[in-house]
Amino acid sequence: MTLKNKDLEQIAYLARININKKSFPSLKKELESILELVAKMDSVNTESVVPMSHPLDISQPLRKDEVTEKDDRKNLQKNAPLKKAGLFMVPKVIDEDA
Amino acid sequence: MEEFYKLSIKEKLKGLKESAFSSLELTESYLQRIKKVDKKINSFITVLEDKAIESARESDKRYKEGSALPLDGIPIAHKDIFCTEGILTTCGSKMLSNFVSPYSSTVVKNFSANGSVILGKTNMDEFAMGSSNETSYFGAVNNPWKRNYVPGGSSGGSAACVSAGLASGATATDTGGSIRQPAALCGLTGIKPTYGRVSRYGMIAFASSLDQGGVLTKSAEDAAYMLKAMSGHDPRDSTSLNVDVPDFVDEINEDIKGLRIGLPKQFFSMNLPNYVEKSIDESIKIFEKLGAQVEDVDLPHIDLSLPIYYVIAPAECSANLSRYDGVKFGYRCEDPNNLDDLYMRTREEGFGAEVKRRILIGTYALSAGYYDAYYLKAQKCRRLVADDFSKAFKSVDFILSPTAPDTSFSLGDKTSDPVEMYKQDIFTIPANLAGLPGISFPCGEHQGLPLGVQLVADNLNESKLLRMAHYFQLNTDWHEAWPEIE
Repeated sequence: MTLKNKDLEQIAYLARININKKSFPSLKKELESILELVAKMDSVNTESVVPMSHPLDISQPLRKDEVTEKDDRKNLQKNAPLKKAGLFMVPKVIDEDA
Repeated sequence: MEEFYKLSIKEKLKGLKESAFSSLELTESYLQRIKKVDKKINSFITVLEDKAIESARESDKRYKEGSALPLDGIPIAHKDIFCTEGILTTCGSKMLSNFVSPYSSTVVKNFSANGSVILGKTNMDEFAMGSSNETSYFGAVNNPWKRNYVPGGSSGGSAACVSAGLASGATATDTGGSIRQPAALCGLTGIKPTYGRVSRYGMIAFASSLDQGGVLTKSAEDAAYMLKAMSGHDPRDSTSLNVDVPDFVDEINEDIKGLRIGLPKQFFSMNLPNYVEKSIDESIKIFEKLGAQVEDVDLPHIDLSLPIYYVIAPAECSANLSRYDGVKFGYRCEDPNNLDDLYMRTREEGFGAEVKRRILIGTYALSAGYYDAYYLKAQKCRRLVADDFSKAFKSVDFILSPTAPDTSFSLGDKTSDPVEMYKQDIFTIPANLAGLPGISFPCGEHQGLPLGVQLVADNLNESKLLRMAHYFQLNTDWHEAWPEIE
């Protein structure tokens, strides 16, 4: 399994992690060694096997549609890096000139 | 008393009940020991001196009033993955290095409701990703048995602190071996319960279908006390099991005669160091002497466990860790140019190398065109491993193996090769894939470093695991050794 620089750039963008180009060669090598490890799965025929997404074969529990949490905005926003008037602040996403 | 830390939880509870000493004395002796010893091992990220003394006083009051709780006044530590209201909760990451949790996890609440005193929050691999505690943003942890050796991971701080006598026991979590492997490397007892036995509410998520909370203690009996306090159904965790919790403490003395131990030939045909093989052979002999039956079992797909894990765990981690975006809480990069720049630099600067590697692998495995080849394939192989266990448990009660392939290793020894590090968990990962309970306990040493043996049982059989370890410990003294650290 070999990864191209282009693949790595695309994965990094999908994961929204900036990666310094200088670390591409070493990172590529590490990721390829992990992919080589997982390629061992290819040796088994799993055509008729039902995928196991979870260790417990139970159905999702249901509960009544009731409000159980009270409004706790102030407390929950204590950790926000940037806030204004009870809102989380992010860089502008709509261009004023458009 | 100078050596409070050497008392078992049972002995501490007896002393407190009989007023031989107070929780304040007990707690202060631990706090003093932390001050003296922890600079050598770095097992705590946060020490809660004032809060600990305050809760010790409350415990003493309850003892006086005759209203003591089951673990009243017992000083413990929590892995810094469990949210604690009003207290820094970092998960070993720069991303959460400023995060003061607005709520407490169910595990933390359960311990508080049982009267435990919280001494502090322990160091760990970043977001529980690692097997040596070297990925922590707060620095590596030293193994109390030998300086410059790793304590194992990811619950390395919890293991080191209990092993050094800095807490009666500590909470921990296990996604692929993060309780059992450090237990082995630090000479402790560590139990990972059945998936769903312990609530994951407020336990910071890494790989949700594998993560499970548990404990690290000196002995199986101590573990029984702690596991009893932390287990139970929680409506706030939709995967929490709605089943009765047995009285692990009461049941620990029940007989183990006639119980059957399976030895998977796949594990015993590996090239392990002779001192590891010897310690396992001797453990098997002890169990036979105690009346257990031993037979070979076949787990034909077990060698797929590591490959399966390194698709499923990164895939789930890439989804879980997408929440760290620099907007609602945690680290945020400076002067972002636009929203993408905010996300991308926050995550570049806030996450360490191993976390980024796993997010990238997981993103790749889930991306368009690769989903069937990696994620779906891994889920199918996971079923094969789980079925192997189900078949084996028709003829045996336990699967026995070494916990880790070797003793602890030097700091830096495996950091340059991720796959080499991943092999640390080769014996522990299968139980997580199948959701099964597993326990590790000390069974020997090599050149001053502890060795551990692991038992895995069928679902909900924690009581049986604790009993086996307890009987083993009644007939051996590996678990009673203390490292020379002062």
